[in-house]
Order: sequence, then C-alpha cells, then structure tokens
Amino acid sequence: MSLNIIVLAKQVPDTRNVGKDAMKEDGTVNRAALPAIFNPEDLNALEQALKLKEMYPGSKVTLLTMGPARAAEIIREGLYRGADNGVVLSDRAFAGSDTLATSYALSAAVKKIGDYDIILGGRQAIDGDTAQVGPQVAEKLGLPQVTYAEDILSAENGKVKVVRRIESGVETVTCPMPVVVTVNGSAADCRPRNARAVQKYKYAALPSEVAADEKKKAFIEARPYLNIGEWNAETVEADLAQCGLSGSPTKVKQIENVVFTAKEAREVEPTDEALEDLVKELIANHTIG
Amino acid sequence: MADKNNLIVYCEFEDGKVADVSLELLTKGRQLADRLGIRLEALVAGDNLKDVEKQLFPYGVDTVYKVEDKRLYPYTSLPHSSILINLFREIEPRIAFMGATSIGRDLGPRVSSALHSGLTADCTSLEIGDYTDAKTGKEYKDLLYQIRPAFGGNIVATIVNPDCRPQMATVREGVMKKEVKDSNYTGKVVDLDVNKYTSPEDFVVDIIDRHVEKSKVNLKGSPIVVGGGYGVGSKENFDLLFQLADTLGGEVGASRAAVDAGWVDHDRQIGQTGVTVRPKLYIACGISGQIQHVAGMQESSLIISINSDPNAPINSIADIVITGKVEDVVPKLIKYYKKNSK
Repeated sequence: MSLNIIVLAKQVPDTRNVGKDAMKEDGTVNRAALPAIFNPEDLNALEQALKLKEMYPGSKVTLLTMGPARAAEIIREGLYRGADNGVVLSDRAFAGSDTLATSYALSAAVKKIGDYDIILGGRQAIDGDTAQVGPQVAEKLGLPQVTYAEDILSAENGKVKVVRRIESGVETVTCPMPVVVTVNGSAADCRPRNARAVQKYKYAALPSEVAADEKKKAFIEARPYLNIGEWNAETVEADLAQCGLSGSPTKVKQIENVVFTAKEAREVEPTDEALEDLVKELIANHTIG
Repeated sequence: MADKNNLIVYCEFEDGKVADVSLELLTKGRQLADRLGIRLEALVAGDNLKDVEKQLFPYGVDTVYKVEDKRLYPYTSLPHSSILINLFREIEPRIAFMGATSIGRDLGPRVSSALHSGLTADCTSLEIGDYTDAKTGKEYKDLLYQIRPAFGGNIVATIVNPDCRPQMATVREGVMKKEVKDSNYTGKVVDLDVNKYTSPEDFVVDIIDRHVEKSKVNLKGSPIVVGGGYGVGSKENFDLLFQLADTLGGEVGASRAAVDAGWVDHDRQIGQTGVTVRPKLYIACGISGQIQHVAGMQESSLIISINSDPNAPINSIADIVITGKVEDVVPKLIKYYKKNSK
C-alpha cells in the first residue's frame, strides 16, 4: 500500500552560532542576520519518510514549511534528498506566531493538501526548543500522535508501528493512521543528497522567485515538478484572527541579554605549583577526596 | 464543583511513586498559590492510585483529582489529554504546570491547543507580576511570568499569557526545589469517572513493548561534576575529563555544543534542555557559559572554570578561574590529586 506522507520542516537560524544583533528590539528573532539551516530533527523526520517511501513503493513525500520565501531553500534541499514536492506557506499575517498560531497555520495547509496518512516532523526546532508544534498540529487535525519516535517500523493495515525513546527507556507502540509522528534526534541521520535528484530539481523554485525572469518562468511552467507550491493565508483559508500575533496567546514581555552577576573569582595560574596548592586546598576542605 | 481559578499540577505517577518533577512543581505551585491567595490542586491519572494523596498532601495540596483506570497506565497521549481538557473546562484553572518530561511535553501542547491557552516549555523560573500590553495599554495584574532561556540560550525571555487560561508552563526535573510544606497538611480527594472524561476512541494507541532502561549516568546525584564544552576541542580531550571524573569520584557532564559536536552522549547534557545539577564541585572545562548551560549548573556550591579565554562568560559566575588549556590543566589536576589524596 502506498502512503501519502507530509513532512513538516522548518528553516531555522543556526542558534549554535549567533551574534549580538540576533534579536530585534521587539523581542523577535532577526532572521535576516543569521545563517539559516534545515532544522536538524526535521532531517531525521525526512529520513523516516524516505525510508517509508522505499518500503511502500508509490508513496509520496511532500515537504511543508512555514516561513519567508527564503525557506524554499530547505524544500530544494529536501527534493535533493528524495522528497517528491514541497510547499512554502508564507504570509505577513503569520509574522510573530507563537507555537499555537504556527500549528494553526500548518494544520490549515495540511487540510489543503488533503490526502495524508502520516504527518512527520522533528521533535523540536533548535531556535525555540519547545516541541509543541507537532502535538498541536495533531490536536488541530483531530489526529492521534506519537512523539519522540526513533524508528517507524511499519505503516500497514491502517496502523503505524513506532519505537519511541523516552526518559525511562524504549517503547514500541501501534497507532492508527492518519497520525502525526514527531521524530527524535536519536533516530537515523538523513541520507545525503542524491546526484540525480540534484540534477532534476536544481531549478525548482517558488513562483515568486522566478516572477521577474520570463525565461525561468517559462522553463518551470513547462516542467510542473519544478514548481514549489507557494501558499498564503488565503490559499489555505486561514482565519486571520488565529494567525500571527493576534492568534498567539503567549506574549513576550521582556527579552534580556544575559549578564551574569559577577562573583569575585579567584584566579589560579595554570602552573604546577599553583595547581598542586589548589588540589591540596580542595582536599583539606573536603570538597574532594 | 465550584472550585475555579486555582493552580493545578499534573502529577506523573510511576511504580507507586509521584515523580520528583511533579513534587518540585507542587512546591513552586504552593508558593505561587499563596502569593495569589488561591488553592493548590493536583491531578493524577493512572492505575493503582490508592493512597496517592498521602504523597501529595504534605506539599500543601488542597485538592487531589484522581482518575483511576487500568488503561491510563502506561501513559498514552489521547486519554490523558482528554482528561485534562475536560477537567480544565470544568474547573477553569488559572495556572497549570506539568513536568517538561516526555510525558509533559507530549501532553501540554495538545491541551493548550484544545483550550487555546498559551504554553511555555522548559521554564527555568516562574514568578507572579503585572503586565501592560504595549499596543492597547491594557493592564493585567498578577500574571504568571514564564521565564526561560530562548534562542539557543543566547537570551532570557519572560513570557506571559494575558488573556487565555490556564497559563501553562512545563519545567524540567531538578530546576525547582522539592520541599515538604507540612507533613500533616491535608486536603480533599475528588475521584473522577474515567468514562466521563475520556471516550473509547481515545484508547487507540497500544503499547506493545516497553522496556525500562535506567540511565547509566547519574549526573543529578553526583557530588562532583566535570563539565566539558566546545572548548575541550575533541573527543580525545573529553577522555581526560572522564579520567578526572573517575579520579575524583564524579561524573562527566557537557554543554549542548559538546553534545552537538558528538563528543559525548545526549544524556550527559547539562542545562535548560538537559539535566540540572547542584553538585558540591563543578569543574567547567572549555565551557563558554551560555545561559542555556548556566541555567543547569549555577547553583553548584563551588565552580572552577578552566578556559583558555580569560573573558569567557562562565568566569563571571565561577569561584575559581584557571586561564589555560584544558589538555594542560586537567592532567595536572589528576596527577596532583593522586599524589596528595593518600
């Protein structure tokens, strides 16, 4: 049985590598100032999707991301690795979304895609670390969820069989489809790009990316598979009151850069003598030993 | 049930015991409930819940809601979320807490989505305070400040939920302190009928296998923690940290950067998205001191920082600073400990 799989992915600022201008004054992220990457655990989720596609020939993997037009970069990256098509959900109305408003917009787009058996996503994104969007999308679509997935063993006879990694150990569960599964970083790494797929999709683009270039536009129009979907709030029939800042119950009251209250630290030189004295002192006051 | 507008903690229950993280949240919840003049409530859903209230009352719980059914243990998402959603609709809590565990982080978002209430994950501090909406000028009294490092730990954000209830937050184990309020404290028990709060369709997930793997790493209980960061430089240099920890009878922890680099396993991560430790001695090796890490170790009794950068942020919270290379300093500490300890 072939499956329709949607992978929710996010382009994230590489938070492991940020400078001082990373935040705007209103407390939101200044994405323009940062290198943008494919959220790591979303790549783990994509791998699970691609594995299922191999297990169940004829399956289709659709990537869905919400973000600015620039997020088409991760759709192309996904196509290079084996996804079949992708959609960027982009609208000013989504700006300032918290996790709830984000999951509302994503679930509206999922409904628009319509046909799905499994919705996959990373457990969490590295810019927020909340792990909330997956379960919230599941709730909004009225679907069951399996979080912290490490391996999807099978998806047949209407059920998925999934290994989950939780604090206390490992659980194997079955759950009826359609289902939302969020994938843990301990799952298999995503396969690399496939050279043929790179050849095939290197000109894949959003309509807005080629709007100013008649030649490229015509090229893509002749090859529909190169067209990355570009949807907005209207396309997915989103209720604007539930989008962006107005759809976000949480508000940022305050953002502080981190300043530690300095203690008076004692400096110890890295010399043999000073270090031996320090060790003796720690032994004498029973800190160690 | 007219008891509305209170503070409720979803309590996890395993092997006949309420989880530490839940008791920690009850302790914090009791403080905040006192500050707000409201009641502290606890919800436990599971199997074999007999006398569970005896574990909860000492933390100052006024009402224990119990839902007992074989099918509620082990935890699965749908029935537990249905219980919370339906109960919260009825008792309209002002504030709801749950552990930032694989259960709380599975459950919380689902409940917040159904109730359209805001949820803040992995808070490191919870306070009560006022808020003025910058746009409308509307003033709000006594909101829950949900404080957490954000953005990979580069900033600390204070989040509020002005209009939606309950104000929900998750907190990791070890972040709040667990403290009995009064061992004779007692409240009331309300037994809830599982069939009233769940539907048969909620029980669609079958757990076909479950094996408990106790973590081999006991960071939380270790009196000495040797923490390594990106500045350690390599997996090989991390071996030195393991040697030092072995020598001193401690455990090795790590910053997120070192875990991301693949030098140590994830279960050794210390910080907001890892474990919180309060050892007698914390030796920070090549750790720059991002807030996300500091949040998990700043209450250590004595902090020694070994860093080649004299201006590393961690140095400002350290008691002793050694400016030097980890690979030079650590072997010397091992050598001089061995020499002097007998």
